[in-house]
Amino acid sequence: MSDATTKAQGGLLGWVDARFPLTKMWNEHIGEYYAPKNFNFWYYFGSLALFVLVNQLLTGIWLTMNYNPSAAGAFASVEYIMRDVEWGWLIRYMHSTGASAFFVVVYLHMFRALLYGSYQKPRELIWIFGMIIYLVLMGEAFMGYLLPWGQMSFWGAQVIISLFGAIPGVGEQLALWIRGDFNISGVTLNRFFALHVVALPLALVGLVVFHILALHEVGSNNPDGVNIKEHKGSDGKPKDGIPFHPYYTVKDTFGLGVFLIFFAAVVFFAPEMGGYFLEPPNFEPANPLQTPAHIAPVWYFTAFYSILRAIPDKFGGVLAMGLAIFLLFLLPWIDRGKVRSIRYRGLGHKINLGLFAVAFVILSYLGLQAPSDLYLGLSVTLWAQIWTAVYFGFFIFLFAYTAFGFERTRPVPERVTD
Amino acid sequence: MSQEGASKSRRRFLTGAVSVVGGVGAAYVAVPFLAYWKPSATTRAAGAPVEVDTSTLEPGQRVNITWRGQPVWVVRRSEAAIEALASVNDRLADPESAVASQQPAYAQNLHRSIDPSLLVVVPICTHLGCIPSFMPRPGSLDADWQGGFFCPCHGSRFDMAGRVYRGVPAPTNLQIPPHRLADDGVVVVGEDQEAA
Repeated sequence: MSDATTKAQGGLLGWVDARFPLTKMWNEHIGEYYAPKNFNFWYYFGSLALFVLVNQLLTGIWLTMNYNPSAAGAFASVEYIMRDVEWGWLIRYMHSTGASAFFVVVYLHMFRALLYGSYQKPRELIWIFGMIIYLVLMGEAFMGYLLPWGQMSFWGAQVIISLFGAIPGVGEQLALWIRGDFNISGVTLNRFFALHVVALPLALVGLVVFHILALHEVGSNNPDGVNIKEHKGSDGKPKDGIPFHPYYTVKDTFGLGVFLIFFAAVVFFAPEMGGYFLEPPNFEPANPLQTPAHIAPVWYFTAFYSILRAIPDKFGGVLAMGLAIFLLFLLPWIDRGKVRSIRYRGLGHKINLGLFAVAFVILSYLGLQAPSDLYLGLSVTLWAQIWTAVYFGFFIFLFAYTAFGFERTRPVPERVTD
Repeated sequence: MSQEGASKSRRRFLTGAVSVVGGVGAAYVAVPFLAYWKPSATTRAAGAPVEVDTSTLEPGQRVNITWRGQPVWVVRRSEAAIEALASVNDRLADPESAVASQQPAYAQNLHRSIDPSLLVVVPICTHLGCIPSFMPRPGSLDADWQGGFFCPCHGSRFDMAGRVYRGVPAPTNLQIPPHRLADDGVVVVGEDQEAA
């Protein structure tokens, strides 16, 4: 295969290669893409995210065949898919479980980047593309959640869109423009449907291509954070690199198998996941005159929802929530450190990153609770304020100890270990 | 192609001119795509202001209309009911109507209306969106009751100006929609009163 790029060959493949860079692209991105040989558990989640994206596209297209995007018909058409359409329940549960699985996988994928400094130079653009993917994914999930037109669909969207209304001056007009009506209505449902099934998936697929092209341009990072291109053999291949195929295709296939065991278990035995993946109020049709007892977004948004609620001022809360996401974009420039991997970074950084992960999990939990609930005598709001401070503290401390040289890093090895 | 004799400044000018004209054109083309998202004529018509004739409304009576998919009540308060408003101030959560989102500025007063005798209110409980019962007669709920709105779902109480009592689940006063007094006792719900 390796000489196919330099030498013309016969047969059907040769005919195609003379007209389309099939073998060339295969070699560049799979067959001769040399990845570090020391990828560990954390490196499963990129390919899994790609798999879940395909799952969402496929099941999503199938769902649109029977879904009716109108205020009068949406809820009933989802019930129709669940009850009357052959295997409709399975396609819908694969889609709804896939949404939560997407965020599980993406959060672990992002945490991998934090652990091993995969956002640092020269991979800033990979990180930026990834963050844009994450933003689009949040929009996609939010708009998709309105489509079943249940109570939580309606009131969740009500809460989120009213956040735009908090922006001084233009806020109310902006919210009106997004809704296309004075209240959330079939008009809003229809446009969210268009964005959810056409515009955002198109953007997602394009961004994933950019993300991977940028990755293959600079090469993959690894758990040691060393550059494998600095030690090449006489054949010009990195000594610590192995071709993506067959080595990582096989590894990722094994990971996919394990993932599918968990995924299928949820789809078949706990598609509602105790109210975390599909919230109980969403089994009632949307009613603009009746608010559900307790409005909470789906679990993957609740960390940011906690930060929003932690700030007593409405616009201040919106700003804090926006900042919580925006700071992640700036991470490659906030972290001034030269050492990538957590393995060789200072104790302070390990603690800081650990606290950041704990803060994210705790804020996610707090966002699901009523603000007045008490834990150890303190209200959910107060706890959320404490952990919001920890969340933002991560970025402040990270900048401080890396920019002013307080971090005591350990020597980084020349070559990958183990 | 020969580059000889080509004027670079002429090319720069042409490139710049095409960019500017093209950019302006693109901006104009963007307008319909953005404006397409605004409420359509049908939506605006469905949300248009609603006129209510209150000339025959007797004290203690109410008319029930719908504006933008929400119920709106127009209530004629009796003299006694207007006088009773101040007497319950110390039992209310927000007697001054300080939460600005719950009423237009011209209704931020004791009676929360333009005409003290006419209350225009959205009867959706600010707790969980139930529709409260209209109980204008003093003493109809209990001995201390000065008339008002009582939510049967979780027991929230509001006075005859839709102001919420303390110690009930509802956090804020009932919402007063934008409204305006026209001639001959007609109330227009959905249009703001001109600044006096």
